Amino acid sequence: MSVFQSQARVVLTLSWRNLWRNSRRTGIMLGAIAVGVWAMIFMTALMRGMVDDMLNQGIRNLPGHIQVQHPAFLDDPSVVNSIAEPDSEFRASLDRLGAVRWSTRIKVPAVIASERETRGINLIGIEPAAEDDISGLPALMDTGRFLESDQDQGLIVGARLAERLETRLGKRVVIMSQDPANNIRERGFRIVGIYRAKLPELEEFNVYAARDTLQQLLHIEGRVSQIIVVGDDYRDIEPLYQRLRQLLPATLEARAWYQIDSYLAAMFKMMDGFVLVWIIIIFLALSFGLVNTLVMAIFERVREIGLILALGMRPGLIVYQILLESLLLLLIGLAIGNGIAYASIKPLQGGLDISAVAEGMAMMGASSVLYPKLLAADMILANVVVIVLGIVTSILPAWRAARLDPLRALNAT
Amino acid sequence: MSTIVCKQICKTFRQGDEIITGLDHVDISVETGDFLCLSGPSGSGKTTLLNAIGGLDTPDSGEIYMGDLRIDRLERGALADMRLHHIGFVFQAYNLIPVLSAQENVEFVMQIQGMVAHERAQKARAILAEVGLEGMERRRPAQLSGGQQQRVAVARAIVSQPDLVLADEPTANLDSVASAQLMGLFSKLNQDHHITFIIATHDKRVMSYARRLIKMQDGKIISDEAQ
Repeated sequence: MSVFQSQARVVLTLSWRNLWRNSRRTGIMLGAIAVGVWAMIFMTALMRGMVDDMLNQGIRNLPGHIQVQHPAFLDDPSVVNSIAEPDSEFRASLDRLGAVRWSTRIKVPAVIASERETRGINLIGIEPAAEDDISGLPALMDTGRFLESDQDQGLIVGARLAERLETRLGKRVVIMSQDPANNIRERGFRIVGIYRAKLPELEEFNVYAARDTLQQLLHIEGRVSQIIVVGDDYRDIEPLYQRLRQLLPATLEARAWYQIDSYLAAMFKMMDGFVLVWIIIIFLALSFGLVNTLVMAIFERVREIGLILALGMRPGLIVYQILLESLLLLLIGLAIGNGIAYASIKPLQGGLDISAVAEGMAMMGASSVLYPKLLAADMILANVVVIVLGIVTSILPAWRAARLDPLRALNAT
Repeated sequence: MSTIVCKQICKTFRQGDEIITGLDHVDISVETGDFLCLSGPSGSGKTTLLNAIGGLDTPDSGEIYMGDLRIDRLERGALADMRLHHIGFVFQAYNLIPVLSAQENVEFVMQIQGMVAHERAQKARAILAEVGLEGMERRRPAQLSGGQQQRVAVARAIVSQPDLVLADEPTANLDSVASAQLMGLFSKLNQDHHITFIIATHDKRVMSYARRLIKMQDGKIISDEAQ
C-alpha cells in the first residue's frame, strides 16, 4: 500500500466517522440535499414533459419533422406552388430513408360555407392511412368517422368551426378554392367527422379531405403541396434531414421542424438552459445549509484539527478530509434524492391530470394531462451540478481549516 | 537527525497592550538519548521552548537545529513532515481523536507515514500492551479513563520510534500511581530505544527520573544540571 493510499484511507475513515458525530445535524442536511435534488429532478421532469408535449403537439400541427415543398410555398402557400407527386423511384428512395412514416398532402387556402355562415380555412388533403403517425388526427375524432381512403368524399371539420358555421355531423357544406389557372373551384362535401384539437384554435381553421378528392377539385391531378416526413424523435432529426436533402432535386426544398417554426425551435433550445438555471437556483439555496454545516463541524473540531496538524498531517490532507466529508454528505443526499425523485416520477409517467389549469395549458399549446419526462441526462446534470458546486462551496471552509495554526487550535477552548 | 541545538532563541507574546517574554535568548543543546526535564513555575517558558523545538511555534529570533536541519525556517508542509517522522508529542490534555479507537489513535501517525496495515496494527497492539492497555484496543477515548487516555497518547507518541519525544506536563492529570507507571515507561523507552525525551514539568517526582534538569524562569535558563 502506498503512502497516498494509506493516507487516503485514514482520511476517509475520519471523514466518514466525523459525518455521523452529530447525526441530527447530518440528518437534517441530508434531508435538505435530498429534497433539493428531488425538487431539481422532479420539476425538471415535469417541465420536460410539458415542453415535450408542447413541442410534439406543435410538430404534429406543422405537421411532421421535415417538410418537402416548392421553394416558394412557405411564402405563398397557394396551389400554384405545388410539386409533383413522388414517382415510383422517388417513393422507393423515400421508403429507404429510415423515416417512421412519409406522406404527401395538399394544403391550400379555401372558403367553407354552410347554410348560415362562411369562413376562411386551410383546406388540407391527406392520405388517411398515414395520418395517425403524421398529425395524430384519427385519435382526435370526436364524432363521426375518420376518412377511409385517398378517394373518400367526406369532409372532417373541427368542433369549433362546426359551431361557428352552425352546422353539424352529416350536414353538407360548400368548399371554394382556386385552381392553378385562378379559376374558382367549388363543390359540396358532407361532414363525416368532427375532431377536437388539443389546441382549440386549430379546430377553426384546419379542414381535412382526402388527397385525391382535392386533386380532382383543384385540377391538380398528380401534384401535391408537400411531402411530410416523420422520424423517430424530433430531437434527433438531423441525420434523417441530411439524408433527405441529398435525395432531393434542386427544385425541391426540405425544411426541418426547427426551421419551419422558430418559436418551437427557440423553446427547444431554451429548455436545456432553463433546466441548468433551475438546478443552480435550487443548489444556491442548498449551498447555504451545506457551508453552514461544514463551518459548524469545523468550528466544533478546531482542537482536533490542531492535534492532527501537530501530529504531522499536512494541511493539504486537512483540505482533502473536509472536502471528502462534504462529498460523502453530497453523495448520500444525492442517492436519497435520486431515489425519491425516481420513485415519485415513475408512477406519474402514465400521466398527471392538471385539468384544473387546463385552459392555461391549452393557451401554451400543452394538453391537460402532463407526462413527466425523466431523462438520464437531466439526472446526471443535477448530480454533477450538486457535486461540483458542492465541492466548490466547501473549498473555503476546508481551506480555512487547513490554515489553522496547530498550536492555537490545540489551545482553543 | 538527533542533536537538538537552540541558539539565542527569543519569543514574545502580546497580551492586550502588554508584551510578555516567552523565551529570552535561550541556548540549549540536547544530545541523542538524553532524558531531560524542563522545570520552572508557570510562565517560565517551558511549554514555549517545547513548542519551538517541536516546530509548533516559530521563535521571533534565534536558530533551532535538529541535526543539520534548521527547523525554524521550514514552511508548514516541511514542518509537518518533520513532526510526523521525527517527533512524538504527549500533551497535557490527552488530545486523542474521539472518533478513532485506542488502536486507531495509536496507528494514526503510522498510517499517515504510509506503513502497511498489518505491520502498524501489530506495532499498535504491542505498544498498547506495553502501556498496560491490552484488551482495550477497540475502545473509543470516551470509554477510557484519564490515565488510560494518557497512556494511549504516550503509545501514539512512541510507537513509530521517533528521534525525540516532547511531553508537556504528561502527568498533570494522572494520580501518583499512574504517573509513576508513565515515567517508568518513559525511562524504559529511553534506555531500550535511545529515544530522546524532553519533558516540561513542575512535578518533582517526574524530575527525579530525568538525567538532566533545566530550570527556567522568565523565559531564561537559570540552571542546567546533570542528575
